[in-house]
Amino acid sequence: MTPLNPIATLRNVEAVGRVVRGLKLTAERQVQAEIIDRIDSLKADLGGRPTDDFGFNPEAIKPMAPILAWLYHEYFRVQTFGLTDMPKGRVLYVSNHSGQIPLDGMMIGTSLLFEGQPPRAVRSMVERWVPSLPFVSTLFARVGQVLGTPENCRTLLQQDEAVLVFPEGVRGINKTYDRAYRLQEFGNGFMRLALENDTPIVPVAVVGAEEQYPALWNLEPLARLLAVPAVPITPLFPFAGALGLLPLPVRYRIHFGRPMYFTGDPHEEESSLLDKVNAVKTAIQDMLDRGVAEREHIFW
Amino acid sequence: MRVAITGISGRFGRLLAQRLHRRHTVVGIDRRPYHEKPADVTLHQIDIRRQRCEEIFRAGGFDAVVHLNVMHDPRASSEDHHTFNIRGTTRVMDYCVRYKIPKLVMLSSANVYGPRAENPQFLTEDAPLMGGTRFGEIRDLIALDMCGQSFFWKHPDVKTVILRPVHIVGAVRNAPSNYLRLKRIPRLAGFDPMIQIIHETDVAEAIGAALAPDVRGVFNVAGCDAVPLSTLQRMTGHEVLDFPHFLAEAALERLWRLRLTSFPAPELDHLKYVCMVDDAPFRAASGFRPTHDIDATMAHLRLTAAADLR
Repeated sequence: MTPLNPIATLRNVEAVGRVVRGLKLTAERQVQAEIIDRIDSLKADLGGRPTDDFGFNPEAIKPMAPILAWLYHEYFRVQTFGLTDMPKGRVLYVSNHSGQIPLDGMMIGTSLLFEGQPPRAVRSMVERWVPSLPFVSTLFARVGQVLGTPENCRTLLQQDEAVLVFPEGVRGINKTYDRAYRLQEFGNGFMRLALENDTPIVPVAVVGAEEQYPALWNLEPLARLLAVPAVPITPLFPFAGALGLLPLPVRYRIHFGRPMYFTGDPHEEESSLLDKVNAVKTAIQDMLDRGVAEREHIFW
Repeated sequence: MRVAITGISGRFGRLLAQRLHRRHTVVGIDRRPYHEKPADVTLHQIDIRRQRCEEIFRAGGFDAVVHLNVMHDPRASSEDHHTFNIRGTTRVMDYCVRYKIPKLVMLSSANVYGPRAENPQFLTEDAPLMGGTRFGEIRDLIALDMCGQSFFWKHPDVKTVILRPVHIVGAVRNAPSNYLRLKRIPRLAGFDPMIQIIHETDVAEAIGAALAPDVRGVFNVAGCDAVPLSTLQRMTGHEVLDFPHFLAEAALERLWRLRLTSFPAPELDHLKYVCMVDDAPFRAASGFRPTHDIDATMAHLRLTAAADLR
């Protein structure tokens, strides 16, 4: 029996480690390769141009893909429901909005890119002040985000794109936790655009994002002073310092509803449009209620 | 067809005359001389505001007037600018009515909409002309555009066409071409809006297409496919320098006042925000298709810039 040679043992351990690391790397590369293929498939719609008219460039997603994958699979461990048989052509995804920063939009977009059959680049409509932010404006445009004007939404739908809107806007994303999972007032512009462009609406409910920054209080006077939409006070922000800036590692559950088809006059009065808007709102609220009731835990 | 071209000695006047003179009778009016004028083009070297001009229109028997006699120089005094542009234009309009000229084509610009954070990606012809919000010097061109529009409504017997082309690139001396000719191209760090440019020859083609008898109205004219501004910067092959936007504006303002630059500070908004147009109505009405793509247009710019140096 040979005596235990510490050097040899270390070498063996190191060798095993190398094999394990190698396997992990290969697995990671495999995942990466699939994502890269999915991103490449988005280029088919650009007709050979590197960017489309709105500045979207699928290549720009590639460097971000590992981060997206990590957020999607490791940090928020996103689970999707009903993401089969989504409309192939023009479609309007209408979602609840929550969580202080628009990670919900990012995760919906990522789910359609990573899991959609076929992968889609969802174009979300962003706030009007975004174009005046350096770097952010460019990054958003390159990954397919578009300034939220009715004209832009119309153009995209007519080009058969998938558009994501949050009809609650800042009313939804900046609400405090006492109103969690209660849909706020809906704008009705999305319904007019859907009617006008003969577009199916897919209701989307994001469960989990409300808990990433549970806002106890919104410091409105300070927000006005700083000219930002809100200054939320959460259990960790600002008292836990930098830790409070991180979203809590909640689990995201994204529920996609059945496509809804509406017909009617896009220019009809607000009151008669309300029934249709409420039908969508109810569909989302139902999915939210069910999703919240069914989940076993906020974090896993 | 007998065509009168005001401002014929300018860049577009000459390009248009070259395109038209073999097939049509071209008569030019300009206070500047016209070098290398084709032999069959008649030039009246006279200021458009002069009374004597009327005689040219009275005797001309024109089928169309292309009004290009518009001063764009941001350095010229605003009074000069205004009287030359507005007085000159209303004169031409008067002559069209008085001497029953059935067609008037005017050259405006997509800059009348102005680059703005809240612009939709594609501006249509009925978008408000907000170019003057921050850039006072352009109000003159907006007034001219409006002048053309009211003439269009008041005199339906004259088929008026107002063209609003996007950034014109070529040997022409204008802000976008001058910018892309710079040896060191400044950029606002973090901003990279989508930009539409058009080859100068395509603009002349568009004016030619607008001369077709049944074309009338206000039209956007776009050229090549839109690209990010950074693509254009890269295609020049020149050095690109990044500046923070808040510093750039103040610095340019100072330089402009010291006459060290030909770029007014509010033009920086073109490096920040989109000002793109939808040209579908003009394509449908005139059948016009730009023939130069982005590579051809940028190659032309490089060529003309090199010719300049010699």
